[in-house]
Amino acid sequence: MDFNQPADQNLFDRATVVGKPHARVDGVLKVTGKAPYAYERHDVVAGQLYGYPVGAAIAKGRITGIDASAARSAPGVRGVVTTLEIEPLGIWDYNVARLFGGDVVEHYQQAIAVVVAESFEQARAAAALLEVSYDRDKVDVDLEAGWERVRGTGEPSTLVGDVDAAFQSAAVTLDEIYHTPSHTHAMMEPHASIVDWSDGDQMTVWTSSQMIEWNRQALATNFGIDPDRIRVESPFIGGGFGGKLWLRADAVLAAIGSRAVGAPVKMALPRPFMINNTTHRSATIQRIRLAADADGKLTAIDHEAASHTLPGGRGENATAQTPFFYAAANRRVIHHLVEMHLPEASDMRAPGETSGLMALEIAMDEMAEKLGMDPVEFRIRNDTQVNPSDPAIPFSERHYVECLREGANRFGWSDRNTTPGGRREGMWLIGHGVAGAYRGHLNLKSGARATLSNGRLVIETDMTDIGTGSYTILTQTAAETMGLPMGRVEVRLGNSAWPVSSGSGGQFGASSSTAGVYAACVALREKIGERLGLQNPEFRDGNVIGNGEVTPLSEIAGEFSAEDSMNFGEFQSKDYLMATFGAHFVEVGVHVATGETRVRRMLAVCDAGRILNPITARSQVIGGMVMGTGGALSEELAVDLEHGFFANHDLASYEVAVHADIPHQEVIFLDTLDNVATPLKSKGVGELGLCGVAAAIANAAYNATGIRVRQYPLTLDRMIDQLPEV
Amino acid sequence: MRAFSFERASEPAQAAARAAEVPGAKFIAGGTNLLDLMKLEIETPVHLIDVSATGLDRISSTAGGGLRIGAMVTNTDLAADATVRRDYGVLTRALMAGASGQLRNKATTAGNLLQRTRCPYFYDTAMPCNKRVPGAGCAALGKGAFSRQLGIIGTSDTCIATHPSDMAVALRVLDAEVETTTPSGASRTIPLDEFYRLPGDTPEIETALMPGEIITAVTLPPPIGGRQSYHKVRDRASYAFALVSVALIEREDGTGRVALGGVAPEPWRRPQAEAALPDGANAVMSRLLDGATPTEENAFKITLAERTLAAMLAEG
Repeated sequence: MDFNQPADQNLFDRATVVGKPHARVDGVLKVTGKAPYAYERHDVVAGQLYGYPVGAAIAKGRITGIDASAARSAPGVRGVVTTLEIEPLGIWDYNVARLFGGDVVEHYQQAIAVVVAESFEQARAAAALLEVSYDRDKVDVDLEAGWERVRGTGEPSTLVGDVDAAFQSAAVTLDEIYHTPSHTHAMMEPHASIVDWSDGDQMTVWTSSQMIEWNRQALATNFGIDPDRIRVESPFIGGGFGGKLWLRADAVLAAIGSRAVGAPVKMALPRPFMINNTTHRSATIQRIRLAADADGKLTAIDHEAASHTLPGGRGENATAQTPFFYAAANRRVIHHLVEMHLPEASDMRAPGETSGLMALEIAMDEMAEKLGMDPVEFRIRNDTQVNPSDPAIPFSERHYVECLREGANRFGWSDRNTTPGGRREGMWLIGHGVAGAYRGHLNLKSGARATLSNGRLVIETDMTDIGTGSYTILTQTAAETMGLPMGRVEVRLGNSAWPVSSGSGGQFGASSSTAGVYAACVALREKIGERLGLQNPEFRDGNVIGNGEVTPLSEIAGEFSAEDSMNFGEFQSKDYLMATFGAHFVEVGVHVATGETRVRRMLAVCDAGRILNPITARSQVIGGMVMGTGGALSEELAVDLEHGFFANHDLASYEVAVHADIPHQEVIFLDTLDNVATPLKSKGVGELGLCGVAAAIANAAYNATGIRVRQYPLTLDRMIDQLPEV
Repeated sequence: MRAFSFERASEPAQAAARAAEVPGAKFIAGGTNLLDLMKLEIETPVHLIDVSATGLDRISSTAGGGLRIGAMVTNTDLAADATVRRDYGVLTRALMAGASGQLRNKATTAGNLLQRTRCPYFYDTAMPCNKRVPGAGCAALGKGAFSRQLGIIGTSDTCIATHPSDMAVALRVLDAEVETTTPSGASRTIPLDEFYRLPGDTPEIETALMPGEIITAVTLPPPIGGRQSYHKVRDRASYAFALVSVALIEREDGTGRVALGGVAPEPWRRPQAEAALPDGANAVMSRLLDGATPTEENAFKITLAERTLAAMLAEG
């Protein structure tokens, strides 16, 4: 099905299943431990052996030798393959560091060997016996030094009007520098795979991947084989946040191990290894300049940012939102990539906007204060309904102002203390903050197959459920389209044998894949209509209705199957700008003596088109708010400048928010529809919930203390010298 | 993890004798720290002696009016004990500030005292660490190292690791003593202020325990009363090691005791410093942290310690 123009009124506007709060259809499987996650798939193939990875102990250089003799003769060991025995593997489109093969070390903990043994303990013990020698190169992992080299250079990606003139004539200006650290995904389930490549021919991969087809293509490229020899399954994923968009060392090493020993091999990446072996969100340094007239209208926005990457990578483009979010006639945007020898920087939840809004939304707060304006009103004044960098292009839908107004109203914003440092309860300084949320919306072509047999519908697609609720919303979509109760719909996900979907990432999964399932169901309806000789039959209450006859779907003999995909037309990007919007309101307490900052309440208002399921959507948003709290207050991959690696590589020392950090959270979804986005008129929310959260917390901490911190995380050492006398 | 043999001891003296007899043996109780370290091969014992069934899981009164806490009493049970809560409140507060409910259910009193540092370089076997491999060097002292969590006082030019325990800070301020049994079956008592060894040139030696010597109990002197509090400062609200923690016992006349966690290789207490309590936090800390040698990244701990104590005194 082609989607080449905005949707008209359709069945989803009369929906009885889509948009309703249904509990997760896979919930029972998960809470009873029966959901098959990759590492525990003991039943899929007999004779599974255990693989254990070995990572490079240096950040950059060459391996001059690996003595694996002790490991090879260790108890239970069936095989050891070192990187020196393997030609460098191919590198797929979105990877820059090689996953295995050859003597070059590009980053700390890059995989250099795999040990396969009869038990996990034997594999792990043998892995520690490898003797590796290196020629070590000097590393450069200092982003601050890199920023000093690149700032003021290069061609802007967006250049509108005359920025310098606007600053000269502005009534009020701001010019500040902000820092965000590197982040790791820290998903619950580590990267894990079982691979059976015993015969060196057909490869079957049971893994944990957000993107089945990308995973298959990447495996084919790595090993230089035809993708048709590879089958990938990933029905359940214990979190990804972008860390499982890409093929990683677990599947690669398990495949190499399997081929070497002639048996299926399973491997999970150990947590202390994961953080430097896999990808992460790059740190950023951002200079933001704002100019406004005396009435608070922005006249210029100048955003220059830098992030780090291995050569050829994409870093973290913190300027992603800046061309689009706020009105201003003059604008300059530039993102510098600084090549450094840290592990591979890549996508993490809302890549770009997360870091960008951490800075821009503090800058907006600072500017409002300089103008003597309420920060909510200042943002409203600079709203735009068109792409400010290309005013001929309207936003498909944009209800940012409503998010701010509704949020201010529900949060009690007008009751807040407006004098920074002016409210104290016992030992705690209390503050309130607001920040805007922006995340671009994208659709990817998404396919599915719908099969009806005896009144039961089976949907098959390689779409994934990374904890987001895909199983549930796809069941709802199919049930709605076919007029069936949800209990008669079975959704099967995450298998490369099934039609290629959008996969899960970039908050494109829900809207793209529901549209794809809709397309497949419409194709199925046409088939059924043809068989029964009906023109445009209606599908309702388990029946097909046409020509005055009501036929239960369960009474149609035989099996009907149809496959289709939703192909999103160019008009979406040519004629419109699609994005999602939100506003975050936060109350914090800052301990007057220690500077410990704790969030006391949080509210998010989201504008993301039709909400397909308010339960699963809310879970996405509050999860984003939790991640944003960690990002604001405690999460930081600490770089060792001499050794060139992230030193706090476990979950004890990389501090995500814990339960005790999270207070009451409220989420409001605006009742909006976006008919440009998909026939379901929905957009993503999975990343929107994170965007802007950290800045709202930072702004609240400023309101509490009067201390402006422009470097995340907002740990107490960044403010303790400025706190009042005890 | 290296392969190891395993046995269960039923008597402390038997455990101590076996530990002295088998080279490379270690005791295991809750295992909440040791097992992690074994998985990473930071600890590589060849033989484990399980001491959890040695009958040391009781809390009882001492003849002198104090309390004897068996070495195997779990952190959960100790924190919940009615006498501890009534007479040694700082201990309950410190215990409840540590780890998580699950870990406190497994962790024991002796194991808590003997837990190893959480220095990130100690935890990464690819990095030089004098505590892990004597003479290897100290990555934490390198230029551009991540030292924010590490020690500011009592450290040396071979090691700046801290002792991570909260419980030990409270025990220190309570003048606890450690009772042990040696491999020869003899008992001895070590005051907690003599129990830990500062790193000097031998950061691998952390306590006064002799090879094979096993902790059997921790004893507390009779209650000293006063207002007892424990303030643990950390970046997140739970499940994090202290940036700084302060154990305080304050008497009505303004005198009292103070010990710090998160700043040194041992619970940090100096009598001459707490004598200055009537003069306020600054007077105490200028003595308690006199001679501190922080890194650029953790110099804030000096200010933080003083402000935390000031807040605790103000709250009184």
